[in-house]
This record gives sequence, C-alpha cells and structure tokens, in this order.
Amino acid sequence: MNVGAALQRLRDRVLVARDSKTALEIRGGCTKRFYGNVPRGEPLDVCELAGITSYEPTELVVTVLAGTKLQELESELAERGQCLPFEPPHFGAAGTVGGMVAAGLAGPARACVGPLRDFVLGVTMLNGMGERLTFGGQVMKNVAGYDVSRLIAGSMGILGVICEVSLKVMPIFPACRTFYVEMDETAALKQLNRWAGESFPMNASAWHRGQLYLRLAGAKASVGRALEGRALEGTGARELEPQAAAAWWSDIRDHRHEFFSLSDAQLERGECSWRLAVPDSAPPLALPGEQFIEWGGGQRWWRSAAPALQIRSAAERAGGHATLVRAADKRPGVFTALKAASMNIHRRLKQSFDPAGIFNPGRLYPEL
Amino acid sequence: MAVAVSPLGSFGVVLECRSDSKFVLGLKPFMTEVSSGVRVGQAGSPAVRLTRTPHRPRSAGFPYDTTMDAAIPSAPSNAPAPRAAQQSLVVSSLAKILPPSSILYRGEDTAPYECDALTAYRQLPLVVVIPESEAQVAAVLAACHALNVPVVARGAGTGLSGGALPHAMGVSLSLAKFNSIVKVDPVARTAVVQCGVRNLAISEAAAPYGLYYAPDPSSQIACTIGGNVAENSGGVHCLKYGLTLHNVLRVRGFTAQGEAVEFGSEAPDSAGLDLLPLVVGSEGMLAVIMEVTVRLLPRPALARCIMASFATVESAGAAVAAVIAAGIIPAGLELMDKRMTAAAEDYVHAGYDLDAAAILLCESDGTPAEVDEEIERAIDVLNANGATRIEISRDERQRLQFWSGRKNAFPASGRMSPDYMCMDSTIPRKRLAEMLRTIGEMEGKYALRCVNVFHAGDGNLHPLILFDANDPDEMRRCELFGADILETSIRLGGTVTGEHGVGVEKLNSMCVQFSPAERAQMMAVKSAFDPAGLLNPGKVIPSLQRCAEYGKMHVHRGVLKFPDLPRF
Repeated sequence: MNVGAALQRLRDRVLVARDSKTALEIRGGCTKRFYGNVPRGEPLDVCELAGITSYEPTELVVTVLAGTKLQELESELAERGQCLPFEPPHFGAAGTVGGMVAAGLAGPARACVGPLRDFVLGVTMLNGMGERLTFGGQVMKNVAGYDVSRLIAGSMGILGVICEVSLKVMPIFPACRTFYVEMDETAALKQLNRWAGESFPMNASAWHRGQLYLRLAGAKASVGRALEGRALEGTGARELEPQAAAAWWSDIRDHRHEFFSLSDAQLERGECSWRLAVPDSAPPLALPGEQFIEWGGGQRWWRSAAPALQIRSAAERAGGHATLVRAADKRPGVFTALKAASMNIHRRLKQSFDPAGIFNPGRLYPEL
Repeated sequence: MAVAVSPLGSFGVVLECRSDSKFVLGLKPFMTEVSSGVRVGQAGSPAVRLTRTPHRPRSAGFPYDTTMDAAIPSAPSNAPAPRAAQQSLVVSSLAKILPPSSILYRGEDTAPYECDALTAYRQLPLVVVIPESEAQVAAVLAACHALNVPVVARGAGTGLSGGALPHAMGVSLSLAKFNSIVKVDPVARTAVVQCGVRNLAISEAAAPYGLYYAPDPSSQIACTIGGNVAENSGGVHCLKYGLTLHNVLRVRGFTAQGEAVEFGSEAPDSAGLDLLPLVVGSEGMLAVIMEVTVRLLPRPALARCIMASFATVESAGAAVAAVIAAGIIPAGLELMDKRMTAAAEDYVHAGYDLDAAAILLCESDGTPAEVDEEIERAIDVLNANGATRIEISRDERQRLQFWSGRKNAFPASGRMSPDYMCMDSTIPRKRLAEMLRTIGEMEGKYALRCVNVFHAGDGNLHPLILFDANDPDEMRRCELFGADILETSIRLGGTVTGEHGVGVEKLNSMCVQFSPAERAQMMAVKSAFDPAGLLNPGKVIPSLQRCAEYGKMHVHRGVLKFPDLPRF
C-alpha cells in the first residue's frame, strides 16, 4: 500500500468537500455508528490507511495508521507481551485504531489505569483545510505547545481526519485473577472506594444484580496473596477460571453481556441504554430500571424508560453527566448539554479546525 | 545585545529577544540555605533578590527599555499610548476593584516580579495585582479585557522557561493569596485546592489518610499547583505515575474575559470535547486557573532503590532500555554521568561510585512482596547488561541518601561553574547512548563543559551546560550548544521540552519542531479560548516572523523540518 497516495486521495476529498461544503462521515470499521448523534454525510473511508508504522517494545510506543484493525494491533502487541491497558472496546472485528481514538471509549480497566487519552502520545491528522498536521510525538514526556493530540481523543471526528496515532503501550501484568462475591450495591460501592485508597492490585470491577466481580492484576506476589487479610477473605468469594474470566470481562467491554442488549421491541417501548459517569464515591442513584456498575462506581449503566430529564438530573446531582447510548429516539440529545462559556469555546475550536463544517457534523452536538 | 521589536498576531507588537541574547542563568545566585540543608531556588521573591550576585550585568538579560514599551500600542484601534499614561489608566481602573495595597506599579515594588526562575529574561510589568478573592480576579480580568491589556498569571515563580515573564504593557496577576486547601476527601481520594497551594503541601495534607499527590517536580517545596497545571509538570516518579495531566481531574477558573469556566470533572470524564489536556500545559495562555481537584494515590507501603554502576554510558543507556523491555516499570529510573556523580558526591556525600562512567538509580515501590519481586527482576536485567556494581537501599534512610545527590544535581552543578544552562528535551530511550556521545562531541565543538542528569526511564534529558555569563563569548557558545542539543533531540525523534515548558526560552526551537500550519493551528486554539489574545501573549507559539528570522539563521545547518518531507 502506498500511504502517501492514500493520504493524497483523502486530502483531495477533504478539499472538494470544503469547497462544496459537503458533509463527510469519517469511517473506519463502522462498529461504533450507534454511538453519538446519528451520523450524516458522504462516507470518507480511512481503511486504506492501514498498518503499523513503527513498534519498538523497549520504547513502549507504537505508531499506527488510523485504518489498522484494532484486533491486528492488539495481537501484534500481545506477541511482545504488551497491551493497550485501557482495554478499548471492539464492538466487532472491523473496529479500527482511528475509530478507537475518535470515540475515546475505554473498557473495564479504565478506572485503575487511566483513560484512552492518557495513552495518546501523538496524532497526525488532516484539518478542514486539508493540511496535514502532527501534534505530540513518540515520547512520554512532551510539553512543546498545546496538547492537541489529546484533544483529538474522544472528539468524535468533528475536528479532522485522524491519519496516524502514536500510543503508549504497557507490559501485560504478570498475574491476573478474577473473584466474585455476593454484595448489595451500597456495600459494594463503599468497598470499592476503600480498596481504591489502599495498595490493593484492583484492575477492574463490575457490579450487577447483587454480585460484585473484581479483577486483580499486578506482580505475581501481590495478586497471589491479594485476598489474605482482606475484606473478601471469609465472605465466600469465589474465583472465576481464567478462561471464563477473560470472556466475562470482554463481554462487558464489547457490550455482549445480556444487560447491554436491547431488542427492537424493547427499544420501541421506549427503553433506553444510558451511561452515567459520576464520581466513584457518589451514593447509589435512585432511578427506575436496571443497573450495571463499572469503574469502581464511576461508570453506571442504566437500562431505563425514565425520561431523559430525570436521568440527566440524577447524574448532575451526583456530580457527573449522562450519555444516551442506545435508544429508538435520540431527540433528547445524546450528550449532556454544555454551559454557555464552554460551548463558545467548542464552537470556536470547531471553526478553527474545520471552518467549512464538513467533518461529522452534528455527531457530538447538533451545533458543531 | 540585540533586542528587536516585531509584529505579532492580534496584539500589535511584542518584544522579541533575538536568539543570540538568550541564555539561562543558573539557580546558584538564588540559593537560600534552609535548615534541612536542602537548597531551593526562589527567584522572584524580594528576599531572594538581595542574594543576587552583584556583578551580574543587567544587559545579560532582557532589560526594561522605555523606548520599546512606548512603541507598543495599548489597543489596535488606539494611538500608541506612552507607558506612564497607560499605567495610570490601568491603575485607576483597577483601583475600583482592589484596595490600594493590592496594586503595585512603582518600579521598586514591581521589580521582584520581573522574572521567574529563568532569570536571564527580565521585564518590569506595567502593574502587579495581588487579589484576595475570586470575585476580584474575575473583575480584574474583565477590566483588563475592556482596556485590551495583557494579563500574565503568576504562581511561585519557580518556572524554568520564562512562562511567567511579565509583559511590558501588561498586568502581572499574582495568585499567591489563593493558598487554601479546600477539601481532602479520603473516600473519593481527591483533594480540592486553590491554585496557590504548594505541591508538597497537598501530600502533607493527604498524609494522615495514607494518601499522597504523585507528581513531584524537584521544586515541589516551593512551586504551586496552579503553576504545575500551567506547565504540566513532571518529576522523578512520572514514569510510573504520570505527569500533572494524569493526576488532575478538574480545574475551575476564568476565561480571559473573566467568565467562570470549568474543565474536566470529578467523574471519570465530562461531556463534550476533552479540553482538560489543552488547558493543562497551556502555560497560562488559555484560562486563569483558580481551583484544582487532584487525584490522590495510596502511599506505597515500601520503596527501595537500586544503585547500579556502569563502565560506559552506552551500557547504562542499554540497561535502561532493557529494564523497560523486560516489562518492568520502575517508580523512578534516573541516570547520572561521571562528572555529575562526582559533583553530587562532593555536595551531599551520598556514597556514589566515583569510578563508574554512569550510575543508574532504579526505584521500586508497592507492597513488600511486589517490591521484592521487581527488585529481583531488575537486578537480573542490570547484571545482564553489564552493571559493574549494584547496591540496594537497606532502609528508608539509605534510599533517601541515594536520591539526595540526584535531587540536588542542580545546586551541585552550581558549585562547579558561575552559571549553567539547564536543557529539558526528551528523546526515545534507545537513543540515550548516542545522545550522550553527541553531547560529548559538542563539548569540544563549543569549548564548554556539560554534565548530564537524565530522567532516563522516560528519555527526558537535563544536560547542564556550564558557562560564565560574564564572558560574552561563553554566553554565545552556550546558547549555540543548547540549541544544538534541542535540534539534535528533534532529529532523534524527540521534543524540545519534556516538562519545563516552552515559555520564552524555547520559542525558536518551536519553529524547528512544528510546521507553519501546525503553529497556525495552535494559535487558532489559543484564539478559541482567548479571542483577544490577552492571556500571556507572546509565549509558547512563535510568530511566523520570528520563525522566518530564525530559519534564515539556521537553514544552512540543514536541521529545519522540510514541509514536503514525507512523514509516513
């Protein structure tokens, strides 16, 4: 594949779209079209830009073209004993690295290892003028200029076409074990907060229907003896077999767990899937419906038919925000509305990167 | 010294100091001995000024020049206002907001604010304000915005790149009085602190709960969290625990217009674009930060440090890469070369191996079982990579002793030379040995000595070039030496600043690292937050004119980034 030629073709498309003010929907594997406001515009496919540009395990850095399949990248890393520790969701085999960065989503380990943006070291992108821009780099510590590469993480493609990214990678933990125990919501949240404040090798947590699941990861010594003298000892906590544990966590990550599947009939009846991001110490939220808690209490999924206003004000009272993830009708707005001062900055940023407003218009907010 | 005045952006004109007059003075003249024996630079405070070396030539820095100030228009639409008239206009406007004791404008009162810890650049501000309430800060910003007057926010003044250098026609906004810890929440493992709280004070307040704030810049007993946010400060432990960005959840403050604004959240994320990483490290150019929520971590039960000697710097560099390749992320991984080791040993008597060409400090923290496991693995790797001597700290006292030389590397260097210039570039780890060799060759080329102390684990270099600021030719050579190191770092795939910031010091190097389109996009980001361009103008992003001038000087060296060079 000739990367230069593929890039030139993308650039030509951008310039034509700019001149004709044609909306473009930037596409990788199309595994996350359900996320955000309804996509619109002519497809701009980046899958041609595929391949790992450079990977040096001793540098803990991989530079990869945006259309590279996430699966392909992760298996390459695993061969060298490394990983993307934030566990990006795949939502299907076709998911790409560019889509992963644009959506900014992370999986079960997020609360313990940090968000996707912490692992973005550099981005090469096309802005709305078709200019190829590189921000950040391939090194961990870099404060030269504004950190635009991390602004791109989670920007839903509204600022430009991600062409290539450099990511910080980490060694896979030498040991990993999963336990589960019966515990009610209030007790589970308190316990998770307590563990997070101790030297305890917690790596992921999930609470659903009175069961708390806990993944420990770290040095062999600490994971092996993790339960000695801990609150779980003597509570009847049981261990999941490694294979079952891996399946459990990846089913949550990719929303294959039955909690996340809403049938068409359920959607038609007005049932929605909400993601509430709140401080992990927030008390239980009293909402109608069913709940699935991750990230030590920081990410609370709700399946509920309650009005958007009720869900959003519960999230706001808890110090967070709510995102409408799956719904038959997204008119209540997918993302929580911004305050005026922040929206003004958003508008001017969008204008500066994409003056013709061609990239993924409306995908994040209708006015952007 | 040549100081040029040239147009810049939306603000008419700013002062530009030509690169041949740029250098950095060491902290040595500013050292104040404290009882513990630790030496701290506190540039910018009146007490410290008294210790300034008397022979320091004023012309060495960035002198105050009334003719240049007078050339700066107060607003694009106005006729150029003489400095005195502008000053009285600004003072009378601010007097409606602040008590007289919070407004300084006479030269003898504003002089303590003329620089930060990059003392080579000095500029008297038009006015200094020291507000006590957030309402006053908002009103000052609104008033300055109405008058089109630049505002430069300032914390403890410990910055090493001139980020808090005053603007000749601007207001320096001292945030020193915002020094309260609002809340430490042991359940949520967070602390809410005002911007003027010192870095170390956060960990002290969190200590009763077994928690601490991880980023530990070496100025941590003096620097403030507001300044840490502005610079995205690092420290010796950021290899494992991250920079300021990775440890800050939320910041709250004001826009240039004085409008309340918040970035980030105490929840795992916030709605909309993630503006927090733009604001963290923006060097006071996007918003004025009043309050910060930081993440606190459980204090590790145990920390132990390995001190390993190597016969060549190459083998030490290779050992660093091998440790990481083995899947070990030490809490700290630092390298000092022979000359640095000797200077540090002479200063603190840490028990360093003076025969080694380089020593590595490799720290492991966590539970005792984790530490034992990691130390064992690390020693195997270090031995396999040619370590000639290995010592492991027996107890906390010895661990701190191992670190004492590293933490005092700067003052120790200050004893070897009248002045030194501290560089701060980052390169890929695998190029460490090559870089050390190249710096050795540069010592001959520029006829100056350089000692090396590296955050080796993340490839962040702090070469210290030793020189005498009273010798103009040494100054000139030192500056070329520094630029050469920065541009070599870019060529090796790195960046011109790892943790100290661009400020005014590295403006020229930004011309080399970024293309005109990239710089224009960054300038547009600034305008999105601050359309009038009033927050700390002239820092971080160099003007096109400046880069054009710098390019003419440097193009023959063939290190400019060619825009048509394929980068894939």
